Formats: sequence, structure tokens, C-alpha cells
Amino acid sequence: MSSSSIDNVQPSTSAQNNTSDELEPGACPDSILDPTDSFEEFASEMSSSLQSRHIALTTKSSTISEIQCEINKDFKESSEIKSTKSSEDLQNKNDSMSESGSSSNLIDQNNEELDSDKEDYLHSPELINKEKHVFILSSAGKPIYSRYGNEDKLAGLCGVIQALVSVVEDQNHDILRSITTKDCKTVFLVKGPLILVAISKSNESETQLVLQLTYAFNQIVSVLTLTQLNRIFEQRRNYDLRRLLSGAERLIDNLLIFMEKDPAFLLGAVRCLPLPEKSRESITNAITSTCNKIRDLVFAILIAGNQLITLVRMKKYTLHPSDIHLLFNLVRSTESFKSAESWTPICLPKFDASGFLHGHVSYIAEDCQACLILLTVQRDAFFPLSQAKHTIAEKLRRSNCLGAINDALNRNEDLPTTNPLRHIGILEIRHFMYKCKSTAQLFTSDPVSIDRPQDNRTRPKEGGDIVEKKIEKLSDIDYVSNYRKFCSQIHCTSTPAKLIFRSNSDNTILAWVTNGFELYVTFDALMEKDQAIKAVDRLLRWIKKEEQRIFIMNAPTF
Amino acid sequence: MKVIEAKIVVLGSQGVGKTSLVVRYIGKMFSKHISPTIGASFFTCNISVDDARVKLQVWDTAGQERFRSMAPMYYRNANAALLVFDISSLNSFQAIKGWVKELQSNVPEPMVMSVVGNKCDLESSRAVPHAEAAQYAASIGAQYCETSALHDQGIEQVFVTTAAALLRLAGAGTNLRSYDSADEDRLLSGAPTEETPTHTGRIELPAWSIDNIAHGEPRNTCC
Repeated sequence: MSSSSIDNVQPSTSAQNNTSDELEPGACPDSILDPTDSFEEFASEMSSSLQSRHIALTTKSSTISEIQCEINKDFKESSEIKSTKSSEDLQNKNDSMSESGSSSNLIDQNNEELDSDKEDYLHSPELINKEKHVFILSSAGKPIYSRYGNEDKLAGLCGVIQALVSVVEDQNHDILRSITTKDCKTVFLVKGPLILVAISKSNESETQLVLQLTYAFNQIVSVLTLTQLNRIFEQRRNYDLRRLLSGAERLIDNLLIFMEKDPAFLLGAVRCLPLPEKSRESITNAITSTCNKIRDLVFAILIAGNQLITLVRMKKYTLHPSDIHLLFNLVRSTESFKSAESWTPICLPKFDASGFLHGHVSYIAEDCQACLILLTVQRDAFFPLSQAKHTIAEKLRRSNCLGAINDALNRNEDLPTTNPLRHIGILEIRHFMYKCKSTAQLFTSDPVSIDRPQDNRTRPKEGGDIVEKKIEKLSDIDYVSNYRKFCSQIHCTSTPAKLIFRSNSDNTILAWVTNGFELYVTFDALMEKDQAIKAVDRLLRWIKKEEQRIFIMNAPTF
Repeated sequence: MKVIEAKIVVLGSQGVGKTSLVVRYIGKMFSKHISPTIGASFFTCNISVDDARVKLQVWDTAGQERFRSMAPMYYRNANAALLVFDISSLNSFQAIKGWVKELQSNVPEPMVMSVVGNKCDLESSRAVPHAEAAQYAASIGAQYCETSALHDQGIEQVFVTTAAALLRLAGAGTNLRSYDSADEDRLLSGAPTEETPTHTGRIELPAWSIDNIAHGEPRNTCC
């Protein structure tokens, strides 16, 4: 379809020299985020053998109990307050799951009735012609989640998937990873008691699909905790997990949509809301000064429009971008947070998959759609946190930070970050995205336009169909999907590319990775290499100049 | 003026309209596209009955099964419970009976209970006869109301009769916090202040004694 040339050579002189003697844009010595790349994890996922897979999911110390111990120790020293309870209690009651038998039987009966038209169902318009299917089932083959259609009617398909996975495991002592046909990739991921499958006709690589499945798994863990998930299936291999996930399907639905659109997932980075350095500083100060005496508070996170405003953390602990993505997804998918203060159990799988943190979630003010999440290990801390929230909101209003947040959210035209390409004045660049690796933060030339998520799951769900569309003007989402194959070449484990410059009849794309950053730029089709390098050079200098505004450059603690 | 403070917990199966009910009463609005509650939401409201005032802390809980184990955190030390079911779903009515048993065995203090049949606009698909629900409510000493959050019917009444019952309960000398409004200036020091809070919330919040905050200790629960 195009003429293409790949350069695996080092980038030519000018850009290299200008950035090598200083820190790359956005880098700072201390990071609030754990910059471990998800690609490294993917590599370990792929190299895992059958045995190690089972061990990996069970032996991990609990960060939450570590924090609780720490606090308990302090409490005992001052002998003031009664000891905190392990978050495990929360799940005690689920030991009494024996009552659950009846409803799963019901479903089995349904399936028998439907057996005759099952074949037809697989060809129904709810299911055919979708770009990507995601199925989640238990290792016993019971359907748990289907992105489209009705899981009940997919019991037959789930049986086939389960059979494929277990035949390879039992007879060949091997792991089924993927099946590739002419126009379709099927990727399998077995995680604990669950089997996750993606069937995709998009241009996403196998790695990217596995990452998406891992996210879907983490979303389930975030709702139930890994401890509970494992225990349920240890007790009853045949358990119908949909009972416990009811109401959470929409989280998985929204997450899957979110992942296809937002490059933050592709790059394993977090997008920050661009704010004047002063405003961000006073927001952070308002939070630290209010919360520094609340000892059980682990993280205080302020987010707006899927972007991070600030994150204050307990010393020693950082958050992984994928945990923050799950928080973004939770807030974005839950309208009811807007009506009142909520007190919510949240499990952050990378932080501690074994237990719940307790979250005080609330929007900061009627006239400012920033959402404050206060995460603690103490299950009865609602009232002190509720009061802290009101104090913080009051401080932000008085220091005029709410206005600054609103300006950034509404993309006020006066801000340089609202339309960076026009502000820099590089006309040849159509779109770019930049990730600072050491802080796992991301900046793109356009905001990602994500439609309002659906609150209620309606079936059969619409959308997701493969459509032939005439491309007139690319949307940000199209740019991002164009970057996918560059991204996978750069992160390819066997022969990673450092610099790719490729042009076709539509555009020219440059992808460049160094120790400090990843940069993806789309130019006009007839872009020369040296011109491109010059433009990239200017772009990097602009990012460096605006870095205080674009990125969170410090790592505050309580 | 007499003022009492009470904690009220809203319980019931998923999708029966607990949040719609509370939001209709407190926020005076209704949304068809409300998302499921995660964990629990906290509201406060004041209700005037005769010449007394009831300050309610409302805990609107999530109905999904996975949050069931968190419920004790919310009903502990509650003074009143709204047990909400959907009149078009017999299962949701049966679930109320489970909640009542759980409350009876886990909350030692006297409690005002109200059984609420929501969605009474769905009369055509009614699955729980009015008489049966009323009879059950009477058997546990609770009042019974039918409401529609959609049409704003009967909700005011649920809250007002609950508040009146709480006043009677306070008069009978229970652990309900009550004071005359002459005290109120002093007690208002519990409102949010600029001062740095401590980790317990005890000092700034005299209105919420530590005993009124749900604790994490497990009790012997019924299921």
C-alpha cells in the first residue's frame, strides 16, 4: 500500500546533541508513579511456564497489611486507639456462598433450552462483524463476560475455548497463547481461575491484546480482590462469577473502549492536566497540609477528565500507571459519585491485589468537575476524610485553584497547552505524543475525545462494528491507532527498533525511543528526513520549556 | 427547639431504587440513568417535625451481592433503617426479610424500621401484594409505605414518619443524641473548620462521637 523505509540507525546529530547533555523533557529525580513498563511484564508473562504461573498469583506479600502493621505499631506505642482490622474481614462473609447454588442451576437450564438455536446465535447481528470480541470465562468453562451479546447464550463457545486451553495444557504440557488466521488474531490469557480471550480484526499486536486482557483481569481483581477471586473458585470450581460482578460489567465495557482510544494505555503512562506550576503547587500544598496528620491515608489523588492533577502519597509507596488507569475508569464510569460523597472499597491490583483500600470519593465542588480520591487502609475513616475533603475544597476555592482547573478542563484558548501545535508554530506536524519514561507521564497534541460512557448496560450492545469509512480528516483516535504498529516494533522483545521513519501516501510517521522518552509524530506525507528531525528538535525544546506545566515534576508525600 | 441526630441506613437488593429514592428526597430530582452505587454514599438532611428538628445522616448502600459483606459497617449504630424493595420483584421482597433478620441479630439497640415498596408506578407488573407487604411490616413492628421515585410519590412521607418515630425513640431515652437548640452554637463547632484534623476525627467532631462511627470489628453475623 505504500513505500516504506525503516531506519534502525541512531537519529542524526542535531536532535541527539541538544538533548543528551540535559535531562529529557519531563524527567525529574523523584516520580509519583512507578515507571515499570507493562511491556516488561508482558515479557515475563510470555516466558512463564505452567508451574510458575500458578505460583506467581499466590505468593506476594500484602502491602496493605504492611501499612496496617506500621500504623498499628505506632498506635501501640502511643497506646491511644484500638487496633485496625485487616481488610480481610471484609470478605469473611463470602465464605457463606453456599446459598449461591440455585441461581447457577437456573442458568444451566436456560442453556439447555437454548441449545437448539445456539448455532444461530453465533451468527446473529449482535456478534458478527465486530472489530474485537472479548470473552472471559472461568477455568471450568462457565461464561463470565462477553463484550457483545449475551453470555448465557455463549456457553457453547465458552466450552470450546475451555477445551482448547485445557487440551494444550493437559496433553502437551504447554500454554496456548494465540491463534492467527488470515484476518483475525485470537489471544488467550489464563490468569488464576479465569480464562480471558480476545478475538480481534484490528491492527493491534498480540502484545497489545494481551495487555488489554491483563487490564480486564485487573479490573475484575479491583472489584473483588485476588484473594477473594481465588478463594471463590477454590471452594466452588463451578461458581457463576457474574453474581459477584453484577454492576461491574459496565466497568469492563468502558475499560475496553477506553483502551482502544487512549494512548495512555498503549504507552503505559498517565496523562496530566496541564496547569500553571503555581496552581499545581498550591493544590498539592492544600492536600498535604490538610492530610498530613491523617496517618492511615495512603494516597490522595485529584483527577479531572481522565487526567491527573496531583497525587500525594505515603512515603515509600508509589502507584503504577495501570492502577491509576483503573481509578480513571472507575470515576469516569460512575455517575453516582457526582451526587454524594462515597465510601468505596477499591483494590489496586499492582499496589496490593490481596486486599481492599477504602476510598473516600467525591467531586470537589458543584462548579468544578475534579474528583478527589482519598485512599486509606482504615475502614472506619470516613468522617475524618470527609472533613478533610471539605477543608481541601475550601482552600482550593480561596486560592483560586478551581478556576485554574476549570480553565485547563475547558481548554481555554489562551493556554499554550490547549493547542500546542499552533502555539509552537510547527505546521508540518499534524499530531504528536510524547512519553517521559522515568516518570511514566504522557503528553499529546490533542485531547482524546471519549464519548460519555453508558451507565447502564444495555443488551445487545451497539457499536464496535467494522465499518469502511472514507478518511477525510483523521481524528486523534485514528492517529493513535496508526501509532500502534510503530509502538509494537519499538517494544518488540527480539529486535526492538530505536528510530522509525516511514512515509506512505497519507502521511509520514516518526517514532523515536531513547533511554528517557518515547516520541511519536505524524507529519505531512512528503516530509524529508532532515526537516523532520529539525521539527522534532523544536518540538522537544518546546516540551522542555513547558514541562513544569505539562508534567508533575515532583513527588509529594504526606 | 429540640434537635436530635440520627443515623439511617438504606438497605435492599440491587436495582430497587435506593439511590433514586434518596436522591429524589434530598436532591429533589430523578435521573433514569443513575449508575449503580459502589460501596455506599453519604448524605445529610434536616427534617422538621412539629417543633423539633431531626438531623439525619443517611447511608445509601450498594445493593450488589459483592458489597453485602460491607453492610455491618453501615448499619452498626444506626437508629433507623429503610428496607427498600421493588413491588414488581418478589425476590427483592424476600431479600428484605433477610436484611431484617440480620439487623435484628446484629443491632442490639432499638431501631426504627420502615419497609418501603418502591416503583409503585409499575402497578401493572406488581408481584408483591400490598396486603402481604403491609402485614409483614406490621409483624416486625415497622411502618409500610409504597413510593415512586419516578413520580415523587410517598417519599416525603417515608422520611417524615421515620423522623417522627426517631423523635419518639429519643423521648424514650435511648442512645440517640439529642439536645436543645440552645446548645446548638456550641455543637456547631463540629462543622468543618480550617484547623488541621487529627486522624481520629474525635476532636473536631464532637457531634459524631467515636461510637457513632462504624467500626471494623466483625460481630457474629447471621449469614
